[in-house]
Amino acid sequence: MIYEKYIRVLYLDLTTKKIRIENREDLYSYLGGVGVASKLLEENLKPELDPMDPQQPVIFAIGAASTIFPVVTKTVAMFWSPLTGELGESYAGGRMAMTLFLAGYDAIVITGSSDKPAYITISRNNVEFKDARALWGLSCDEVGRVVREREPGGGKRSIIRIGPAGENLVSYACVCVDTYRHFGRLGLGAVLGSKKLKAISIVGDRDLPIKNFKEYFKVYQELYNRVTDTSIMSKYHDAGTPINIEPLNAAGGLPTKNLKQSVFEHGDKISGETFAHKNLVRKMACTGCPVGCIHIGQFRREFDKGHEYEAVSVSYDYELLFALGSFLGIKSSDEILQLIEVVENLGLDAMSTGVVLGWATEALAKNLITQEQTLVPLAFGNTQAYITAIEYIACKKNEFYSILAQGADKASDVYGGKDFAMTFGKNEMPGYHTGYGSIIGPTVGARHSHLCNGGYSIDQSMKEFDKEKLVEKIFAEEKERCMLNSLIICLFARKVYDRETILAALNSIGYNLTNEDLTAIGERIYKTKLRIKNMMGYDSKNVRFPKRLFETPSMSGQLDEKVAYELLDMYNKKVEEMMAKEDA
Amino acid sequence: MPKVLRAVGMNKCIGCFTCMLACAGVNHRNHSISKSAIRVRTSGGLQGKFVSVVCLACKDERACAEACPSGALEKRPGGGVILKKERCIGCRKCESACIVSAVHFDEDENKPIICKHCGVCAKFCPHECLEMEETTNDL
Repeated sequence: MIYEKYIRVLYLDLTTKKIRIENREDLYSYLGGVGVASKLLEENLKPELDPMDPQQPVIFAIGAASTIFPVVTKTVAMFWSPLTGELGESYAGGRMAMTLFLAGYDAIVITGSSDKPAYITISRNNVEFKDARALWGLSCDEVGRVVREREPGGGKRSIIRIGPAGENLVSYACVCVDTYRHFGRLGLGAVLGSKKLKAISIVGDRDLPIKNFKEYFKVYQELYNRVTDTSIMSKYHDAGTPINIEPLNAAGGLPTKNLKQSVFEHGDKISGETFAHKNLVRKMACTGCPVGCIHIGQFRREFDKGHEYEAVSVSYDYELLFALGSFLGIKSSDEILQLIEVVENLGLDAMSTGVVLGWATEALAKNLITQEQTLVPLAFGNTQAYITAIEYIACKKNEFYSILAQGADKASDVYGGKDFAMTFGKNEMPGYHTGYGSIIGPTVGARHSHLCNGGYSIDQSMKEFDKEKLVEKIFAEEKERCMLNSLIICLFARKVYDRETILAALNSIGYNLTNEDLTAIGERIYKTKLRIKNMMGYDSKNVRFPKRLFETPSMSGQLDEKVAYELLDMYNKKVEEMMAKEDA
Repeated sequence: MPKVLRAVGMNKCIGCFTCMLACAGVNHRNHSISKSAIRVRTSGGLQGKFVSVVCLACKDERACAEACPSGALEKRPGGGVILKKERCIGCRKCESACIVSAVHFDEDENKPIICKHCGVCAKFCPHECLEMEETTNDL
């Protein structure tokens, strides 16, 4: 809690509908965010029970500097992932961090399961469990509208919710936050669905005087100027993250058609520039971020003869254009936006959905599965078939789609095609085939995300390939991001928030930290996460890479499977050394 | 020449709330956007437009000042009013008198939140939605 030496935790139990609040001094050394959430997950986890058991916890936490400094906008969720069967960790922007901050909580621990669909309202002086029976089955969009109209606090409120995919326990169902942001990855939506929790509305409006205005505001102003006046952040606002489609495609690093290719022949039709020209209508921001990277694209759909049109607006980003674009061979911006719309309404992770469908498309072509199972003729570029297939995944239409709803790794266990089921540690791949970093990064990353350590980015910045250097950089970045995610800085601003800046910011709000402290905090958090993975039965030695990674040339040329396994061993040794060491 | 705040470019607003955080911080030494004199909100959910609710700097006749029974709201040169806290009894009559709902109320302080037209929000707007406009002195 800002200005206090404790972390304020709200415990909610959906079975008993009881709440409890604790001010935890012992969590203070974990700063906040992923540090606090990891500790809370570790102590509330029931390793002997099933990942989806009602008793399993879901943790939400804001960071040590949430909202009060520019671009410090994220909330972390931690849980037991139904997709990978191990560490679930996901981040969302929007207004959630601000509302939790001003409702007066650093973290929420949700356990139990409601007997009937419920939603929760949280404010500074009340927590209520409410009836959501009529909301069960509604899309993310519709449930947001209903809660918005029923609950007070507009403008100081955040509404997070699940769609039908979460209710139906699709292993990669997402949680929608404030319409345009998401806890996208690793299936938090399914975990909330298993608890019969449809939505949470949080209102933040408490009085919170600034302690040391002069010092705080000096740092704030400096940061604001650096974020808005310099070029460090401008690419995120301009055409946004999709600007990366063009250079990655040109360099041969854009996964295309289930990674049968790393260059998309229609890349120019789905580039950031194309979206900006044809579809971009608006940009938005998370609370406290003057950058505004959220890009809203619009497309027009003719729903009947006689010039009957509807306009649909959805947010788009690089990873969505990859997963629901190049990876499925979709060659127009309008069609990608249509796929995003379906994924949004049903409440699915766009990345996993696209990559799972990439596998299914190839499996059908190779006769591992039949059209009697897929029901639609899945083929690269066939948008209509994909729209229907996405709907079938969300409702688990038949046995095949029930299995597909458990991810590409599970589907390839059942039907074969492991060599082209594009997952890292059972999490579907991100949009980078840049080199060994893009393989090792998400494989060793604690949550198997490209954002764990940015291995793909190291590929692009490293002048000459060096095994030792690559492994060292990934290891260092993994720990550094544990620290950044305890604040919780949006990783887009990681170049603005260097160590010196972080210390100035935290110390202006009453911390007394040194550079060494930050290093120790990062390592402490990483070790906690690794302990949790261990509790969940994860063993890094069992990891296998899909062969496709070594068949299709990457941006750094053809990759060698042996080298990849060698790098993995090198990384695992580093982890073992760290775990053997006492806490700093 | 006196200046007043004009929310001229709200179509460009990205909803970052930095204006509110800056106003609350500078004018009320508070982290809470509830203390801000300018309020940005959406009309009709996030898919709706961003609108700002802030003092329009009425000239000549100021309904809020007229409604005040204790003379706590003085005319500000160029438009709007200045709050004299020591004279305010917290009756909230100014709040209901303002037909654009730009007088917000601070429940903790039991005083209205009155825009001073200081320009801090405009300075911290990254998208040119807010600007300070020179105007004639109407007093």
